[in-house]
Amino acid sequence: MIKRSGYHGIPRWIYGVAAVGGLLMVLPLAAMLLRVNWPQFIPLITSESSLAALGLSLRTSAASTVLCVVLGVPLALVLARSEFPGQRLLRSFVLLPLVLPPVVGGLALLYTFGRQGLLGKSLELAGIQIAFSTSAVVLAQTFVALPFLVVSLEGALRSAGSRYEAVAATLGARPTTVLRRVTLPLVLPGLASGAVLSFARSLGEFGATLTFAGSLEGITRTLPLEIYLQREADADAAVALSLVLVAVAVAVVGLSYGRRRSSSPVEVGP
Amino acid sequence: MSFELQASVRARNFDMALSLAEGETVAILGPNGAGKSTLLGVIAGLLRPDAGSARIGHKDLFKLDGRTHFWSPPHLRGTALLAQEALLFPHLNALDNVAFGPRSGGASKAAARETAQHWLAEVDALPLADRKPSQLSGGQAQRVAVARALAAQPELLLLDEPMSALDIHAAPLLRRVLKRVLRDRKAIIVTHDILDAYMLADRVIVVEKGRIAEEGSTRQVLERPRSHFAAGLAGLNLVSGTIASEGITTPDGRVFAGQHDPDWSPVPGQAGVAAFPPSSVSVFLGDVHGSPRNSFPVTITDLEPYGDQIRVRAGDGHSAQALSADITPAASADLGLVPGMEVRFVVKSALVSVYPA
Amino acid sequence: MRISRKPFAAVLVAGALAASLGACASGTTRPSTGSASPGSAMSGEITVFAAASLKTTFTQLAKDFEVQHPGTKVTLSFAGSSDLATQITQGAPADVFASADTKNMAKLADQELVDGTATNFATNVLEIAVPPGNPASISSFADLAKPGVKVVTCASQVPCGAATKTVEKATGTALSPVSEESSVTDVLGKVTSGEADAGLVYVSDVKAAGGKVKGIPFPESDRAVNTYPIATVGTSKKKELAAAFIANVTSEAGKKVLMDAGFGTP
Repeated sequence: MIKRSGYHGIPRWIYGVAAVGGLLMVLPLAAMLLRVNWPQFIPLITSESSLAALGLSLRTSAASTVLCVVLGVPLALVLARSEFPGQRLLRSFVLLPLVLPPVVGGLALLYTFGRQGLLGKSLELAGIQIAFSTSAVVLAQTFVALPFLVVSLEGALRSAGSRYEAVAATLGARPTTVLRRVTLPLVLPGLASGAVLSFARSLGEFGATLTFAGSLEGITRTLPLEIYLQREADADAAVALSLVLVAVAVAVVGLSYGRRRSSSPVEVGP
Repeated sequence: MSFELQASVRARNFDMALSLAEGETVAILGPNGAGKSTLLGVIAGLLRPDAGSARIGHKDLFKLDGRTHFWSPPHLRGTALLAQEALLFPHLNALDNVAFGPRSGGASKAAARETAQHWLAEVDALPLADRKPSQLSGGQAQRVAVARALAAQPELLLLDEPMSALDIHAAPLLRRVLKRVLRDRKAIIVTHDILDAYMLADRVIVVEKGRIAEEGSTRQVLERPRSHFAAGLAGLNLVSGTIASEGITTPDGRVFAGQHDPDWSPVPGQAGVAAFPPSSVSVFLGDVHGSPRNSFPVTITDLEPYGDQIRVRAGDGHSAQALSADITPAASADLGLVPGMEVRFVVKSALVSVYPA
Repeated sequence: MRISRKPFAAVLVAGALAASLGACASGTTRPSTGSASPGSAMSGEITVFAAASLKTTFTQLAKDFEVQHPGTKVTLSFAGSSDLATQITQGAPADVFASADTKNMAKLADQELVDGTATNFATNVLEIAVPPGNPASISSFADLAKPGVKVVTCASQVPCGAATKTVEKATGTALSPVSEESSVTDVLGKVTSGEADAGLVYVSDVKAAGGKVKGIPFPESDRAVNTYPIATVGTSKKKELAAAFIANVTSEAGKKVLMDAGFGTP
């Protein structure tokens, strides 16, 4: 939308290019909508295998989001607030899954947690088998989604600064109390949007799961894997399920942006 | 319980030692970058000095020397810090902000809130208890912050220019509140404002370039400043040199004649200063007839209105000591003064105070 | 639209899009016009869409064809049979289609996208693939149903999975795989990495994997014989050349290449 008043300094031709960019995002989705077999839509997405895949996707994504929060908050704190040798290297490695092809991530996980992997042998001796289990799906999703939470939270931590924490400490609060009562409430919006992004990324995870976890209905075959498989046999089912995935993703992202708009930004002095 | 500190921070060229008696409030005055905030950071435990030690009563805050490396973390020090901005936790209302210290100290929620109400009342902010920080004005927020700091029952209260971010209408109320709550309390207040020092402090420490330049009772420092910064605050010209029979001799050999206290007998050769108000300075063009004493050539650097007078700032070409003269606008116009002009400052010796540095 | 008033921007964007589309397409096809001389049947370029399992053999066959017929150029595109069929339906410029199953060929025939009847040129049967050491000591199809044996199969939606189901039914041995993969590659991946004790793939896949897996043939595999058909695509502009390529595949020399790779003859 163009503001009615005020100078915005955007050359007019920019709108043309922006429109092309927007179309590139919107057109494929619209094209997919056109291909949906609407009369069969409900039966297609409520088939046993579809519901199993959707349910598994929601459960594993929720679990990996929790795991991302549990592991990502300390990681973001360490990266944003402390200084130690190798910190930049650690940050690069944490961000790596953002740019790594998911299949590569899957292979890396395989060589770590697989039966012949680095930790897998010891885990198997301890009676823990990760490969071909739902835990493998959660692990793969956490691997690819963790950077989203860390990046988002680290940014929030940096822009919030640590002055409130300093004041809290001089008031007698122990570091753990400061974290619980000051730091986390202050960066809650950043944490929430990071968690939402992690959930969305987990929901869309495909490559690492396929490589690392396998594909079995109800155990490891998440929605993206089900779509990939159905594409071979029943294109209508694949399109219908894709639409469900798009709808869930839109709902999740919309929810996050809605929340961020409505919540008042943290006031940080100059 | 007294407070003692000695600390040096090499990277900031900081080296100070100071102590506070029980119930004493000390004002730290000094130009920007003099090390005032470094001092508070070291005391609060937010900044680690290279060497030094500090203790409140028998409790060590830190002890860093060749052998011992004791460093107490901020939350165990009992040194609450009040900064320029209130920094109230934005997600808590005023009451819970004030209750934060008691809660952290282990008090129950109810007890902490009771304490918080007491301190909110002390700073005249009880009606604000339910407000979020975003609903408070700057002055209100700072009063709540004072209550929050006091509710933590600090053994030493640190105030870092608490008034400087407030508008001119909010400052007097906070100053009155502080005057009330700082009575009989160990506190260090960093300030730019001489009024804060007058009203709130028993003693003044002037710091310059990471060192203590002078200290003494507020009255003494303002009446007999020994540092240029204090002289500036007191509105006095200050010339340093060595004591001579008639007054002081500046390093470039000029003599400033003046008066000294009757009970002090000057020792020639001792370091001393001559202080005189700008209003005692007259400005002349060309040579002066009559008494040649306390007359010297200067170059005007600035002219600015000062009350109903014009303040003429000048640099002494030889000793580079900045001096000021206050003259009437009419006189300034008559003389046709402009920056860059060479004129002669003449000071009546009866208005020059001479005392040891 | 404002864009029409700003030709610079429009051209810029259109150019960028065209360039990127061209870049995407060049992997599977190459422009077949221009360099071909229309008079000679045995020169010019054709594009062959072939099932992924034919990668090794068809690369060899195409090379042989180019040597026998100087002036020709064969461009190969490998993917899953159903992907290729979909691409041809969407108008991809293929001259020859070699499918790993009769179903996808029939799909194209139904839409009259192939010329005449397809020729069956190879067969493929299932084989058990195990990691080199054969840690679970698998020696028969029945061994796969033993408790504790981790078997990975293709999902029933893809040809190798359908074949697996057929063998299961015919032998009465029900498998409970730990994973049902979407492709042979994924099954082999699980076996070569040692995650699975055994996988069910085609003989040709085991051959192509080289020493990374060990193949264990089993007699029941003849209950599900997979047939590979090949045909000229209806929209081809190089039908003579396409026919010559098909003839090369079905020739004795062609059969030998296929058999060396583990394929059977129909």
